[in-house]
Amino acid sequence: MTPLAGYLLVAALVFAIGLAGALTRRNAILVLIGIELMLNAANLNLVAFWRYSPHPEALTGMMFAVFSIAVAAAEAAVGLGLVISIYRHARTTDLDELNRMKG
Amino acid sequence: MNAVFWILSIITVLGGLAAVTLKNTVHCALALTAAFAGLALLFLQLDAQFAGFAQILVYIGAVAILVVFAILLTRGSETPSEGVFSRTWLTGLVIAAAVFAVIAWAVLRSGAALPGENAAPAVSVQQIGAALMGRYVLPLEIVALLLTAAMIGAVIVAMHDKGGSK
Repeated sequence: MTPLAGYLLVAALVFAIGLAGALTRRNAILVLIGIELMLNAANLNLVAFWRYSPHPEALTGMMFAVFSIAVAAAEAAVGLGLVISIYRHARTTDLDELNRMKG
Repeated sequence: MNAVFWILSIITVLGGLAAVTLKNTVHCALALTAAFAGLALLFLQLDAQFAGFAQILVYIGAVAILVVFAILLTRGSETPSEGVFSRTWLTGLVIAAAVFAVIAWAVLRSGAALPGENAAPAVSVQQIGAALMGRYVLPLEIVALLLTAAMIGAVIVAMHDKGGSK
């Protein structure tokens, strides 16, 4: 097994854990945590492919990962703002109870 | 495939597992921080110093703190009486396991086609700065705009509308 395959497998495992968290937890904040884990797994893939690419001096993969980190930060801020707004409206963050579009 | 890689992988995977399975939400946030730190160290292990330190600053410094604030603002630390997993947890678990199985199968099958060991790239922060100001200047400006829009949007979404006059 090449080193790249090891990193890809770790990233796949982290992605699957994040997906499982996003799909199975009741709390909206925990779903966001799962989404963050999935984004991080994608970043690990980008950096690993950059490191073992034939031309790492082009910086392409690492730049992609850095921009992806910035976009993920924006996503986290808006997502948690939405959770707080929903909580203020419905007094719960339980996704099984948030089943009406017009609360 | 040295010992450091395996230790960091175990920290990351265990942190991620704890972050999505623990009952107390605050403990989940702490485990998430451990997973982020493990990923940042994996970036450093991959000779991507800039991405690793950006990961530490943005994820451990900002996202983890935001998550803790959101938990404290929403009484999310109370464990609900009917359990922390949703009614459809089995479906979600099966989907996640299937996704992992497909990706792992693809990675293991492509074993020989993946590039092997090569020399560590010597990338200085100066080169990264030059690239950000040269080739990647347009994405950088777009990200700046996106961050501004996201910040204003998050504040407006989470803002109290006092008196309810709307």
